[in-house]
Amino acid sequence: MATFGVIVFPGSNCDHDAYHAMKHVLGCETKFLWHKDTDLSGIDFLIVPGGFSYGDYLRSGAIARFSPIMQEVVKFAEKGGPVMGICNGFQILLEAGLIPGAMMHNHQLRFVCKNVFIRCETTDSLFTGSLEKGQVFDIPVSHGEGNYFIDQDGLKSLQDNDQVLFRYSDAKGELTESANFNGSIDHIAGITNTGRNVLGMMPHPERAMEKILGSEDGKPIFESILNSLSVA
Amino acid sequence: MYKAKVNVTLRPSILDPKGKAAHHALENLGLNQVEKVRIGKFIELDVNADSEDAAKAVVEQACAKLLANEVMEDFTIEIES
Repeated sequence: MATFGVIVFPGSNCDHDAYHAMKHVLGCETKFLWHKDTDLSGIDFLIVPGGFSYGDYLRSGAIARFSPIMQEVVKFAEKGGPVMGICNGFQILLEAGLIPGAMMHNHQLRFVCKNVFIRCETTDSLFTGSLEKGQVFDIPVSHGEGNYFIDQDGLKSLQDNDQVLFRYSDAKGELTESANFNGSIDHIAGITNTGRNVLGMMPHPERAMEKILGSEDGKPIFESILNSLSVA
Repeated sequence: MYKAKVNVTLRPSILDPKGKAAHHALENLGLNQVEKVRIGKFIELDVNADSEDAAKAVVEQACAKLLANEVMEDFTIEIES
């Protein structure tokens, strides 16, 4: 069975949510990895969790991407190792250049903390392989800088290569303007790299694992990952 | 020792919601002559280098690698001795 690693930066605050989701809800071997660690041996899947690493100084993720462990994460990803960045983790992976684009302030300039709907856009990835295209998930978001930006050429290449894994939609899966609450280009909520082994997403599936906490729609996403890892 | 002044600004093609909000507030103040507001960052660095060119080269690296995100930001550098 796969071993999960959850990276802890000074200022991470969803590290325990991710750990709880993987270890206690799904029963997977899971380890915390301190940002000064450089040893990823025995880890099959890396989670870069949400939070405010280094106080979001300069730009979200800009400082964290130079942490000792991030150099190893880049090597791990370049060798094809699966990496999932959630929220601040997504911002860190963008800053590290593992996935293209950048994050701007939400267009209404407010921090948004609520449940939103995201739609699965492709099943062609190890993260979404067991989901259905068009399937809608009720997942919390909690960010001030989640307004995804990429230039037109970059956007076209994301679309042409089927790299958009999740878009913000309404409950029926329609891409309405109000569903795109943070102003992200093309409703983008989650993307993968061209190697399809790195996922960055702003919504928090790890916070939607138990009915008692409001939604368990995050579970199928992690179960899809587990399915892919057990086949690999 | 050289002093470097770095300005980091959002690229012209990128919407600046903070600038827009500030512009709106200026209009509320009655300063209707202001037609546009763009907000960026100003960063000062003290650089130990042998020449102005060498100092500039260091600051350029600092900007490209960390201080600016070239996906959405531009930067300008001024060096003072």
